[in-house]
Amino acid sequence: MSAYAASVKPAPFVTPDTPRAKFAFQLYAAVGISVFLLMMVAGVIMRAGQGAWLGIPPNYFYEVLTLHGAGMVGTAGLAGAAVMWYFLRRYVELSNGAFLAMMGLSLVGVVLILLSIGLGGFAGAWTFLYPLPGHGMGLWGTGAAATFMIGYLAIGVGFLVFYADCALAIIRRYGSLARGLGLDQLISGKVDPAHPAAVVASTMAVIVNVLGILGGAIVLVMTLVALYEPGIAMDPLLMKNLIYFFGHVFINVTIYMAVIGVYEIIPRYTGRPWKVNRAFLGSWAAVVLLVLSVYPHHLLMDYAMPRWAAAMGQIVSYLSGIPVILVTAWGALVNLHRSGAKWDTPLRLVVLGVFGWAAGVIPAIVDATIRVNLVMHNTLWVPGHFHFYLLLGMLPMVLGTLLYACTREGRASAPLDKLVFWGYAIAGVLFCGVFLDSGVHGIARRFATYDAPWIGYAQAGAVAGTVVLVCVLFLGGRILARLPRASLAA
Amino acid sequence: MQQVAWELSLVLMALVGIVFLWVCARSGGAPVDAATVSARGYRWRGPLVWVALVAGVVIAIGTLRHWPLPAYARDAGAPDVVVQATARQWSWDIVPDTVPAGKTVEFQLHSTDVNHGFALYRDATHVVAQAQVMPGYVNRLRVRFDQPGEYQVLCLEYCGIAHANMRAVVKVVAGS
Repeated sequence: MSAYAASVKPAPFVTPDTPRAKFAFQLYAAVGISVFLLMMVAGVIMRAGQGAWLGIPPNYFYEVLTLHGAGMVGTAGLAGAAVMWYFLRRYVELSNGAFLAMMGLSLVGVVLILLSIGLGGFAGAWTFLYPLPGHGMGLWGTGAAATFMIGYLAIGVGFLVFYADCALAIIRRYGSLARGLGLDQLISGKVDPAHPAAVVASTMAVIVNVLGILGGAIVLVMTLVALYEPGIAMDPLLMKNLIYFFGHVFINVTIYMAVIGVYEIIPRYTGRPWKVNRAFLGSWAAVVLLVLSVYPHHLLMDYAMPRWAAAMGQIVSYLSGIPVILVTAWGALVNLHRSGAKWDTPLRLVVLGVFGWAAGVIPAIVDATIRVNLVMHNTLWVPGHFHFYLLLGMLPMVLGTLLYACTREGRASAPLDKLVFWGYAIAGVLFCGVFLDSGVHGIARRFATYDAPWIGYAQAGAVAGTVVLVCVLFLGGRILARLPRASLAA
Repeated sequence: MQQVAWELSLVLMALVGIVFLWVCARSGGAPVDAATVSARGYRWRGPLVWVALVAGVVIAIGTLRHWPLPAYARDAGAPDVVVQATARQWSWDIVPDTVPAGKTVEFQLHSTDVNHGFALYRDATHVVAQAQVMPGYVNRLRVRFDQPGEYQVLCLEYCGIAHANMRAVVKVVAGS
């Protein structure tokens, strides 16, 4: 029994712990790990192709690129939602049916996306930047592009079903989403330290991602209309705004959902509950606005954007780093410091996730400075920073939570586990570091073939990526092997 | 600019890493009272938030007071040379493709089909400047080339299968 159990009252289990609920969690874990691994293979293949170690024709490269982006973003969404569901159901009553419906609709979407790419040759990238889906130049047709859009819509509907269930459950328990977020406590100054951090974070995720997905649904429908009625011209700048609003919000919320695992798991090792306070509630309220308003930093090189929007993109990007570094990361470090925590793989992974997130936002903020963006935009600096806070931030938070759920009752870290953890962390830093250094040297992102001076960087990335893949394969195998023992009460 | 961005990022990321390693290394052993650690730990956070906010204001003013995109600055005068650059899947049409060094050159960027990116490279590993190229809009990128030579134009917005091959050259010659 951990120090936590002795000193911290466990969360009440509001949602019944049924075999169906356990099956749902196991399904998410199995699908999540499997798809993450497959998409990592795709990523390594692309780096090897850029490094001239594999001969990949450009059409296949861009199909793999599209698959990698859509697959990773979608799976990150599902995995983040699984972490949120795993802990939120301890405070509010969630429906297993809605959770499973999200997976079912997502699988329908995945099938459509695979058909679009595999059979239709669609290679418009996961960001499907209008009007590219309608300009396949013979490589893909209208049907393939439309199938991709409909696949996205199916996944989006699945997420909306899940978020609607979460929203209703939070409202039933706390009276409103504002109360779930703790706004009443923030305004009155009477903070209830027992108000669960998981509920605060979940409420933020619900509010923000519903708006993001609705933005995505609008642009997907507009793209479908444009595909079949080319005479109806959409404004490319408006479409770009909607796409990046949707894309930015969706991928960011995956981290904000996964971080719930940090708030819940670290205290169980340290014996120190993660009490909410005004700074915590204020920062999460601010995060709602920050995540919704920061997306113009993707459009800094679109000079047709109003100057105020570009300035907002830069300033809000900077502000967004403060809650990450000085609230969540700081809170995690204070909670850990001289706590007597007994380290094992789940805790290592969760703490690595906080590090990856906190460190990864730094190059992101730097890139959001317009003067820097002028020479860094769409170089490999961009995947450098987002891989940092996803591969070393979001993913370890998810893996740590899953491993915790599967091993809590009999935790033990063999020396091999420790070796694999450090292999993952160090190779992950190198993998992202190569991306960042490549960006400094002007290497373009999304190039199927590389100029001679760029090839060495891709080869270094392929090697580091392979080590990361092997380590995640090991960790994923550990989780899958123990999945039958998963506990919703860990 | 690239080196400044890289070195600043490296220093700050390393600092975050060192703090994490230091705290994790001291997390084992005999536990210390949580309230004591919490009081010590959070004592620094409030001032740090203020430092971050003040630094943010200084950075914002410093980097945005003179608008960083010269063609759109309030005091932007007329350029010395105007170049029309038109993008299409997958080629550039740049007129004129020879410009003088030391003069303000404005690239007026058009697209006839999808989104592209117009990036000027001094060599294979150094981006001089860039802008998005969007159908229905004209983006104006101003550059003053200090060194004569051949500058590669690469497309930096994914635009389809031959995206990586969508290239051109702008020649910069000495004198007027």
